[in-house]
Amino acid sequence: MNEKSNLPAPRKFLSWFNPVGRQTGGWAFILNRITALGLTLFLYIHLLVLGKLAQGPNAYDSFVRLTHQPLFIFGELLVVAAAFLHGLNGVRIVLTTFGISVPYQKQFFYALMTLAIIAIVIFGYHMFTS
Amino acid sequence: MSDNKWNITLKIHRQKEDQPPYFQEFHLEVDPDEYVLDAVERVWAFMDRTLCFRHACHHSTCGACGMRVNNVEKLTCITPIRAVTQDGGVIKVEPLRNFPVVSDLVVDMSNLYARMEMVGAKAVLPVTQAEIERPPATWPADAEQYLRLTDCIECGLCISACPSAATSPSYLGPAVLAAAQTVGLTAETLPIIDSEDGLWRCHSAFECTAVCPSAVDPARRIMNLRQQVVRQRLSSLLKKS
Repeated sequence: MNEKSNLPAPRKFLSWFNPVGRQTGGWAFILNRITALGLTLFLYIHLLVLGKLAQGPNAYDSFVRLTHQPLFIFGELLVVAAAFLHGLNGVRIVLTTFGISVPYQKQFFYALMTLAIIAIVIFGYHMFTS
Repeated sequence: MSDNKWNITLKIHRQKEDQPPYFQEFHLEVDPDEYVLDAVERVWAFMDRTLCFRHACHHSTCGACGMRVNNVEKLTCITPIRAVTQDGGVIKVEPLRNFPVVSDLVVDMSNLYARMEMVGAKAVLPVTQAEIERPPATWPADAEQYLRLTDCIECGLCISACPSAATSPSYLGPAVLAAAQTVGLTAETLPIIDSEDGLWRCHSAFECTAVCPSAVDPARRIMNLRQQVVRQRLSSLLKKS
């Protein structure tokens, strides 16, 4: 019987990111995974950049000058966005996990994401104008 | 029913024996107020008698006709055609995910039934234990003897929709955990529920509750089980200290 494609399997983790047919809770689930991966990737990049310090002050300073480019600022804004989206969604998951506002998890998600977007816009404004 | 007729295309998942799965299209004239199951039945009755699908009651009691309709888990007997397509549109019908496909739209749900039995799921409960919208202020003295069917119809939609169930074959799944919450934790079921493949495998996607056709609200019950388990762990810790 050709049944394997329909069966659960660890290798099917890519299905976590498929938004087709998903509803609010599923979108929140996908968003949390994407932002978690992004933040983990940033952590490694951050450690690599700090490694520049071992090459002396000149190497580090020249890299820091590079980070003033708009593309780098945009990258930093993505990190800020991931932190807000992941953090606030995490608060929702912790609270609902212990029975708080479970029937209102959708509204809770929309409210927290609105808050996250406002915070991202404020941060973005300051990062690009200061 | 309306006099208005729609021409729709039913794109049905076909899969037999060792052959690779594919989609077969059937063009039908339907009443938009009919249900998706009616259209699938019509394909079987008038177009292709080899089409395999499950159904029985036609009124959302048996839980047999669960399928994926346009990528979303639905009980096809209560899903109006009007709600999932338009005149000239397509309805994609697939078997539930996370169960072995037996043939076409039929999946093997024996694993679900075995797990339901493992946690002591009951088909009926005393009416006094039922979660009903407007329970009486006081039950009559003899109310305990009256039984009511539990809300879960074991249709498997929640397991099909759950992203955690897609990657963890040994995960009990929302229906089983909801059943455990309904009957209550016991010394026998606690180690099964409070485990890696039990209620801690749930990652709060709430898809189970979104697709449940029977107001079981598995996600809420899983969260409630977590509260119960944490409370039990804390009280046993306090007793030890």
